[in-house]
Amino acid sequence: MRFEKIKREAERYVKDLSLRTHILVGTPTCGKAAGADEVVRELSSELKRRGIEIPVLEVGCMGLCFAEPLVLIFKPGSFNVVYRNVDSSSVRRLVEGYIEGDDPCLELALGTIEFDEEGAPIIPELKRFEFEKRILLRRCGIVDPTNIMHYIGVGGYSALEKTLHLPREMVIDEIKKSELRGRGGAGFPTGIKWEECAKMQDEPKYVICNADEGDPGAFMDRIILESDPHQMLEGMIIAGYAVNANEGFIYVRAEYQRALEMVRRAKDDAERLGILGKSVMGTEFSFNIQVIEGAGAFVAGEETGLIFAIEGKRSEPRFRPPYPSERGLFGKPTLVDNVKTFSYVPWIIENGWEKFYSIGTEKSKGTAIFTLAGKVKEPGLTEVPMGVTLNTLVYEVAGGPREGKRIKAIQIGGPSGGCIPSSLFHLPVDYDAFLSSGSMMGSGGMIFMDEDDCVVDMARFFLDFIQKESCGKCTMCRIGTLQLFYLLDKITKGEAETQDLTKLKELAEDVKIGSLCGLGRSAPNPILTTLRYFYDEYVAHVEEKKCPALVCKSLIAYFIIPEKCDRACEHCKLTCPVEAVGGNKGEPKYIIQEKCVKCGTCLNVCPPEYSAVIKVSPIKKLKELEIQNYRKE
Amino acid sequence: MKKKEEQPSSGSKIIETLIRIQKDFGYLPEEKLKEVATLFGVPESQIWGVATFYNVFRLKPKGKTHIKICMGTACHLSGGERVLEAAERELKITVGDTTPDLRFSLERVACIGCCMLAPVVVVDGKVYPRMSPLKFEELLIGLGEKGSD
Ligand SMILES: Cc1cc2nc3c(=O)[nH]c(=O)nc-3n(C[C@H](O)[C@H](O)[C@H](O)COP(=O)(O)O)c2cc1C
Ligand code: FES
Repeated sequence: MRFEKIKREAERYVKDLSLRTHILVGTPTCGKAAGADEVVRELSSELKRRGIEIPVLEVGCMGLCFAEPLVLIFKPGSFNVVYRNVDSSSVRRLVEGYIEGDDPCLELALGTIEFDEEGAPIIPELKRFEFEKRILLRRCGIVDPTNIMHYIGVGGYSALEKTLHLPREMVIDEIKKSELRGRGGAGFPTGIKWEECAKMQDEPKYVICNADEGDPGAFMDRIILESDPHQMLEGMIIAGYAVNANEGFIYVRAEYQRALEMVRRAKDDAERLGILGKSVMGTEFSFNIQVIEGAGAFVAGEETGLIFAIEGKRSEPRFRPPYPSERGLFGKPTLVDNVKTFSYVPWIIENGWEKFYSIGTEKSKGTAIFTLAGKVKEPGLTEVPMGVTLNTLVYEVAGGPREGKRIKAIQIGGPSGGCIPSSLFHLPVDYDAFLSSGSMMGSGGMIFMDEDDCVVDMARFFLDFIQKESCGKCTMCRIGTLQLFYLLDKITKGEAETQDLTKLKELAEDVKIGSLCGLGRSAPNPILTTLRYFYDEYVAHVEEKKCPALVCKSLIAYFIIPEKCDRACEHCKLTCPVEAVGGNKGEPKYIIQEKCVKCGTCLNVCPPEYSAVIKVSPIKKLKELEIQNYRKE
Repeated sequence: MKKKEEQPSSGSKIIETLIRIQKDFGYLPEEKLKEVATLFGVPESQIWGVATFYNVFRLKPKGKTHIKICMGTACHLSGGERVLEAAERELKITVGDTTPDLRFSLERVACIGCCMLAPVVVVDGKVYPRMSPLKFEELLIGLGEKGSD
């Protein structure tokens, strides 16, 4: 009854807003980094200066990070327009042009905004929206994450209300039939996990939301929590009801300060409205949530490690079984799910399992969220139906490679995932298809690599990370990953021999089998996939002492081609941090190799019309170049 | 003792308490760790174990300006390591340390979730996108001027 009233009030708020001209500015962490705070300040003062009073809301991320800071102007009776890369000069233009006047300033626009039947935003001018299907992201970037009424006003918490009138078994059944699989990495069927936890007699029970997001290169959980925290909260409360738990924990990684702020606020607001806490929405069900700030450890994301972290101990994973659903937090039955997994729940309850089931492939249902970073034109975040091909993701959604380059691989799922070469880009987005490639869906962080990225260096990078993050409990992981790192380090330094490649492969396979938890078991994936698809790059490092991508520092040198150093402009000389550039005023410059730290500044500052600075590998090529150029002089 | 540790209300608070202490002091002073052990009725070794296990805890005082260099995948691939080396060179300290005048401390983090702006540097919570060794030097000059008045 009481929720009905809140809901009516919230709907009125949303209706009123839609009848007025209003502005949304995306201020998630990524937006802020791109300068969104200045845009908000500028916008407010510009409006004030002109005596215009309209709402300016700070919202989350729409996934179009390449165009941030984003500003959306909603104008009843006219186009709703989204503007890209807004700065202070465009703010003035927008206020004058489209807020005061009728000029939609199309030269600054990214496109117009429309909404599909789910209420998800679509920008028809952007090709990626032909392929996207937004379920979890449908409110991201268009609702105010700090205002619970905005969430309720567009249908939020209605699924919870519905749930509270259903028998627990029915809720679980709905999730089971939807065939939702956990989005934290392994893809375990969520409904089955809920059922197991619900069956346990022991009390109390706990629900944990895993927002540790330890995979470097993944940021979808951050974006969901910063942009639409209530959606996850609602799913989590529903889960609590379904498994009959009264206590929940949200574990957010420490680096995500804004996500923490949003989650804490969402939790307080939900408590204030009686949606969380004692007697949820006036029913007999009570559910309390504690928000926990993580302390930074990659293994803390592993579910048993996470439980130890919440207990205030070192997050060293333990052997399973028993699974957390039997013996978890404080030895009690515990449900651990990822942010995205919980976030799907309200939609499934609201729309019925059939609708979710009808999206996706045979064994992977629903949509998938990916973060798109690296060497593409339009990095950001996307949500597509499972089954879309990688080709579509690379060339349509992410905008394809940068000028004149070729995408050679996708690194997916962090250290647990692997590298998928471009020859496999016909593969669909699907748990099993990824596994067949030797990779793994993992958390869904995608990093696009082009010709300028070295796969051996990347494998070395991941092993360095893993070896630092290994909790050290089991030998295979503690020592095995360290030895793997040493081998890779040797290779990238040009100090390895051919038999080291065999050693590398064998040890990688042993670590995969012999480790205790998923950290060690998946750590060799970056090595095994790159060995499988890019063996010739390893061979080049070992036999020719050459890094084909010109990345590995020990195998490259910088060189200035004298005849191209035409203007002798001194840029490189003035900016070199270690005075490694020689050559008198007005004369071509050269690099003093003994001093060079290979920071690349000279290459970056050399005016593109000269492009006099190049990288060479193997280093012995330097001699040839020097002789060649010397002769010419 | 064992019993106490298993209590939901106390166990989960240890890390929280350490984080709060660190927010107040900027690091975890040794005597505070002792106090925490007493407070929760657990052996001091357990608190030390926790304080040394997690990445966010610091056992040494930190500088006035706190610089974090992202060493996540995207940042690594776009030159994060070169930015880190520039930072070490310019500040004349190695990563994990603080300058002797306590003005700057330097740390590495593994991805702050702004990968599309890689490589990034975080200074006292503010994210600086698309860094390079040169841009880092300029940033440092800006910070130095701010810090000296
Ligand atoms: C080393 C390691 C790190 C992990 N990190 C995370 C993480 O950061 N976030 C997450 O949701 N799951 C992570 N997982 C997976 C969890 O163990 C667990 O499978 C997941 O939280 C279950 O939720 P789901 O069924 O909703 O996917 C990690 C697993 C391993 C082995
Ligand atoms: S890798 Fe640096 S922000 Fe993600």
